[in-house]
Amino acid sequence: MDTAVAQERENYLNASHGLKSWLLTKDHKRIGLLYLFTITLFFFIGGAFATLIRIELLSPQGNMVSSETYNKLFTMHAVAMIFFFMIPSIPAVLGNFFLPIMIGARDLAFPKLNLLSWYLLVIGGAFSLFAMIAGGVDTGWTFYTPYSTTYSNSWVIATALGIFIAGFSSILTGLNFIVTVHRMRAPGMTWFRMPLFVWANYATSLIQVLGTPVLAVTIVLLFVERVFQLGIFDPARGGDPVLFQHLFWFYSHPAVYIMVLPGMGVISEIISTFSRKTVFGYAFIAFSSVAIAVLGFLVWGHHMFVSGQSLYASMVFSFLSYFVAIPSAIKVFNWTATLYKGSISYQTPMLYAFGFIGLFTIGGLTGLFLAALGMDIHVTDTYFVVAHFHYIMVGGTMMAYLGGMHFWWPKMTGRMYPEGWAKLSSLVIFLGFNLTFFPQFILGYLGMPRRYHLYPAEFQVLNVMSTAGASILAVGYAMPMIYFIWSLKYGKVAPMNPWGATGLEWRTASPPPVHNFEQTPIVTHEAYDYTSVPAEEIEVV
Amino acid sequence: MSNHAHSESLELRVQFDTAEQQRDASTLGMWLFLVTEVMFFGGMFAAYTVYRNLYPEVFAICSSSLNAVLGAVNTCVLLLSSFTMVMAVRAGQLGQQKAIIWFLILTLLFGGIFLGVKAVEWKEKFDEHHIPGQAAFHLEGLQQADQGHAQLFFSLYFAMTGLHALHMVIGAGILLGLILHAKQGRYSASYYTPVDVAGLYWHFVDVIWIFLFPLLYLIDRHLGK
Ligand code: HEM
Ligand SMILES: [Cu+2]
Repeated sequence: MDTAVAQERENYLNASHGLKSWLLTKDHKRIGLLYLFTITLFFFIGGAFATLIRIELLSPQGNMVSSETYNKLFTMHAVAMIFFFMIPSIPAVLGNFFLPIMIGARDLAFPKLNLLSWYLLVIGGAFSLFAMIAGGVDTGWTFYTPYSTTYSNSWVIATALGIFIAGFSSILTGLNFIVTVHRMRAPGMTWFRMPLFVWANYATSLIQVLGTPVLAVTIVLLFVERVFQLGIFDPARGGDPVLFQHLFWFYSHPAVYIMVLPGMGVISEIISTFSRKTVFGYAFIAFSSVAIAVLGFLVWGHHMFVSGQSLYASMVFSFLSYFVAIPSAIKVFNWTATLYKGSISYQTPMLYAFGFIGLFTIGGLTGLFLAALGMDIHVTDTYFVVAHFHYIMVGGTMMAYLGGMHFWWPKMTGRMYPEGWAKLSSLVIFLGFNLTFFPQFILGYLGMPRRYHLYPAEFQVLNVMSTAGASILAVGYAMPMIYFIWSLKYGKVAPMNPWGATGLEWRTASPPPVHNFEQTPIVTHEAYDYTSVPAEEIEVV
Repeated sequence: MSNHAHSESLELRVQFDTAEQQRDASTLGMWLFLVTEVMFFGGMFAAYTVYRNLYPEVFAICSSSLNAVLGAVNTCVLLLSSFTMVMAVRAGQLGQQKAIIWFLILTLLFGGIFLGVKAVEWKEKFDEHHIPGQAAFHLEGLQQADQGHAQLFFSLYFAMTGLHALHMVIGAGILLGLILHAKQGRYSASYYTPVDVAGLYWHFVDVIWIFLFPLLYLIDRHLGK
């Protein structure tokens, strides 16, 4: 046999070896994988805290941990999940890996900056992890003043510093993406030929660049206030604690779109691929991402209806919150229209996409309940809010993230995952998710407040259901973890384009070579033009 | 590294097709970074706006306790430094390697003077017990009830000028790096992007001061006192 044939083709994974070649890599694909390891770690940490919370809530007496410990549990659960898992998840892993390839570039515009961003996330994560190990933090992920600045005796500074540093990771990633989309597109890749995943990440990057610095400065103010007791948020000296809430939510409402927009991008790719149809209303979906990014900056006050802000402000914020629903609905309707008369195949990524659409819709609609002033007074700070945002973040983004991982796994690793197990796990996750969180809508409506570990005995049945659901959910998440690793060795070798998809990432080898393409591609077709995929390239698996 | 068609150099890194594309990307990157800086300082300016609206008289009195002469001197020094920075970029365009070095050194010098004057001003505040959060805080001409509000002014004063000074220090570090690289003859008419981009940053820090100076030092003049 010819040795040249026996030798494996060079790709980004085997081009160089050793830990150093990974820790100093400038390759966006490898950096994407570094992020994958990091955020998976934080997903486990956040998941461990969630497990403890759910076990505690099995009984109404609050007899497992003290109320102080309970405060720490839900705070650290949210800090790990939001800042170190969900915000980096899709952009930093899948975006990093695929955004340059999808526009036909050899890398991001600033590869070293990209690596720095990862290190910043690791350093920020280390600070927060230190805080968790040293004794934890109990302020809630919202760090409301004056509790966080004056009264809390927990590790506020270390945690906040960790979030501050991780924030710069997010900012620099956004900056890198924006410049890349503007300056690095391959010949023929016009703005309106870009895959919708790229549009979604572009819109997300805008929010990261405009919003995250405000979080950073808020943390700086919190920091100086707590260390030097200056009075900025202290009413005794004329300071205003509500100002903190304004600054915090000015970032943190847009941040919910940092978390969900990239997921919407993934869904657009999957829906089109598995119904073999051009996305219905491409331009509407593209612009609705940008519209969400812009409108998202105008609604932060809906988190502060009971903070004592003026009624007029509340009315305006309520009104504007309804506006955000429009671009979100445009997407849902366009995805549905894409399915219409499509040639649909029910592969795992598609199952996740279906999960996303249904659960995001429930999450979004309950968001409208919350944005209605009168209704919100009834359910604010109850489990209704908890259910609302978990439907969006776990039901929505998490589903999209897993859908995307399955969709692109063959390209990232060169191996197929086991389809049967994957379908099963997606069903387990869907069932577990709903059993965990749907009862929380009812609990909240009935009046169970969030952030307490004691509750009246009549709420126990629904809480036990929720904990049962959480155990099923945990099994569902464990499954992909196992079979993904298994597939690295035993999975079928993936062809170039297993799904018959249209994106440029499917026009290069699996896994791709170091600089993504043997030759810079020249784009002559619209996105999602299935006539452009040569039939012989499609290998059905 | 594996052998591939593109060999990397400063002028043309492997991910770019042309030197022009690379320069455009760097410039756009810096502009975006400055946008994030606007948002970053914006949070502080928002806090300033809120509290100045709540306590306009106290803020005016506090403002008049600052040393407006030193502030004005510093404003001039910074404007001068921006001028020399522009000249450094110009020298880059013309490929005058010596001139790049000298103008960068001048810029660094003016930046140093600014920071020195700032340090003198802060020292004054310490001596006068105008440090917020300390029991000894006292500002003459204000009732006891207003001392807390005065501390808000000085909190903002230190936070904003401190943050600005931090940016100056970072800028000085960047200048130092540029000077060293310029000495090695890295920059030429075909490649001076780092000087150009650092210039954008330096001017931005300058512009922030142009806002800080009147907002912090000149309030009482606005009220016509
Ligand atoms: C699209 C993704 C969304 C995400 C990720 C999300 C996430 C969240 C989160 C995390 C909270 C809880 C904040 C807290 O109190 O700690 C929340 C509350 C809220 N959300 Fe959403 N949300 C989304 C969409 C929406 C939409 C579309 C609306 C309305 C149009 C909305 C309206 C609200 C309101 C009003 C609250 C405050 C409830 C309260 O505390 O009284 N959300 N959301
Ligand atoms: Cu919100």
